[in-house]
Amino acid sequence: MFKEHIGKQSNKVKNIVERGAVKKFAEAIGDLHPIFVDEETGKNSRYSRNIAPPTFPRVFDYGTIDGLNLPNKGLIHGEQTYHYERPLLVGEELTCYSVVENYFEKKGTQGEMGFLVLESFGEDDMGQVVFTSTQTVIITEAVRKVLIG
Amino acid sequence: MSRLAEWKIGESLKEIQLDPVDRITLIKYAGASGDYNPIHTIDEEAQKAGLPGIIAHGMWTMGNLAKLFTNFYEEGYIQDYTIRFKGMVFLNDVVTLQAELAEENENNLRFLVRAVNQNGNEVIKGTVTCQLYASSY
Repeated sequence: MFKEHIGKQSNKVKNIVERGAVKKFAEAIGDLHPIFVDEETGKNSRYSRNIAPPTFPRVFDYGTIDGLNLPNKGLIHGEQTYHYERPLLVGEELTCYSVVENYFEKKGTQGEMGFLVLESFGEDDMGQVVFTSTQTVIITEAVRKVLIG
Repeated sequence: MSRLAEWKIGESLKEIQLDPVDRITLIKYAGASGDYNPIHTIDEEAQKAGLPGIIAHGMWTMGNLAKLFTNFYEEGYIQDYTIRFKGMVFLNDVVTLQAELAEENENNLRFLVRAVNQNGNEVIKGTVTCQLYASSY
């Protein structure tokens, strides 16, 4: 039921690396480092401005993939990767979207487990990819049965 | 604080032990990240999902683990960060963050990273690759 979505892409959405959101996020992960939140430190750094923590792209809107309806409960986050060309800069605008990279099933302890691999991208205003992230979501048999109804 | 470039293979960064996980921390992460899955904040919802109690967001632990490298931002940046979620983090768990240098290729350092709970069990595990800036090595 997810295989048919492989290769599908979401609509592109513009996101701003917003100063207040970065501060709130840094605080939530217990990392209120001046490079993230203090303007003076940012100005004097090699980046000439503040940067965002590497897992900050969690907050971005990646648009929706037509027909892909993931339940908001019962999913297990299996793996997560981030790849960066450079750190994210506070104040910059990124165009974000996701692609269904793969879907496969494997026998596990809780029956037939489904593995959905979503790849997400953030591009700068020149269309250059700044970061890529891959998220592997595990969907248990019980949850899939509910989806089928 | 010493520089990343001076680290030798097999050496570890100074580990960080987090405060015991409490509910307000997870509520804050839910708000900051936009992940409002109630198994992270509401007991009844966690129990309905078959859990003994609320669990931390895997991404909360992953976010925390990266702070081992925040002090080195002038020297390099995290180019790759890969994590496998291995175990659940419950309320009152005490999580310790660790990183050990595994590989060095001129301006590229690969660390094995993990977070363990108070019983020594890995909750997340993976790698961080730091790309050093040309002027730093």
